[in-house]
Amino acid sequence: MAEDITRFNRKYESAMEESPLHPFELHNWIPISLGGLDISINKAVVIMWVVVSLVAVLMVMAGSARKLVPGKLQSMAEIIVDFIRGMIMDTIGKEGMRFFPLIATLFLFILFCNLIGLIPGSYTVTSQIVVTAVFACLVYGLSLVMGFFLHGVKFLGILVPPGSPAWLLPLMIPIELISQLARPISLAVRLFANMTAGHVILGVLFGLAISSGLLIGWLPFAFTIAMNGLEVGIAFIQAYIFTMLTCVYLGDAFHLHGHDEHAH
Amino acid sequence: MDSAAAALLGMGLAAAGFAGAGVGIGYIFGKMIEAVARQPEAEARVGKYMWIGFALVEAIALYGLVIAFIIMGLRK
Repeated sequence: MAEDITRFNRKYESAMEESPLHPFELHNWIPISLGGLDISINKAVVIMWVVVSLVAVLMVMAGSARKLVPGKLQSMAEIIVDFIRGMIMDTIGKEGMRFFPLIATLFLFILFCNLIGLIPGSYTVTSQIVVTAVFACLVYGLSLVMGFFLHGVKFLGILVPPGSPAWLLPLMIPIELISQLARPISLAVRLFANMTAGHVILGVLFGLAISSGLLIGWLPFAFTIAMNGLEVGIAFIQAYIFTMLTCVYLGDAFHLHGHDEHAH
Repeated sequence: MDSAAAALLGMGLAAAGFAGAGVGIGYIFGKMIEAVARQPEAEARVGKYMWIGFALVEAIALYGLVIAFIIMGLRK
């Protein structure tokens, strides 16, 4: 028994020496190359397919047999739809409802990616910065396109905070420009870093539990259970924050300087 | 100084940024409790903003972690 544990320790320590990030490495299962583009099938791609089909099946099942008195599945779907609608109405207003499909898709995809990643042996797709960066650039690009479409050149006024005196403008415009350009970066890094860090912390705690033996090892092991509970919460909060900020950025494009009457 | 040692020091310094996030999270929850104690019926609305603030503060701590990982990648 003790020998087994020490042998396992040695194996684990040699694995830990590589890098704490090594569980996040992806290996191609089916290498495919299309005109120089690498579109190989790997674990993340398969998990994304699983997430998409899971969300689609759940929501279609919940919506196909609607009743006046909803069952469990229909109640869940209604709560989600109500929640996202409330978020859009609070930040953008009624005219933002045409973005409901986009925002609901983003929320459900990110939420299910985060939650599926918590199952041991599975993979957190949102811990790849390329995934979150594509979402963030899409959202920010959409807000820019909507802003210029609705306001024309006047949308550049978003760089000038309302009520700032003219002599401050040479200072304010660069600051606002930087804060605008930081939006997609912070949106992408926030989700990616939260998901990565949570899993690294879990890995380190499991390492502690294994390497400190049975006598004291139950302590970090019990802590991993608490950490898992926190991670479930973080999965929800991060999906919420991402979609909330999406709504806020789109709302900025709709109402320049936030002069909206439905603020409450 | 050895460059490997300098990289380790840098990673440690990047992690020291967590102190600021600790102060921030304590402040957020403290103020939340204060607000709810003053006006218990506002709990649902204040709570929403509290969780947003909590996640934003936590994310800033994690930027430090990202910098530590970048240094680790550069170490070789």
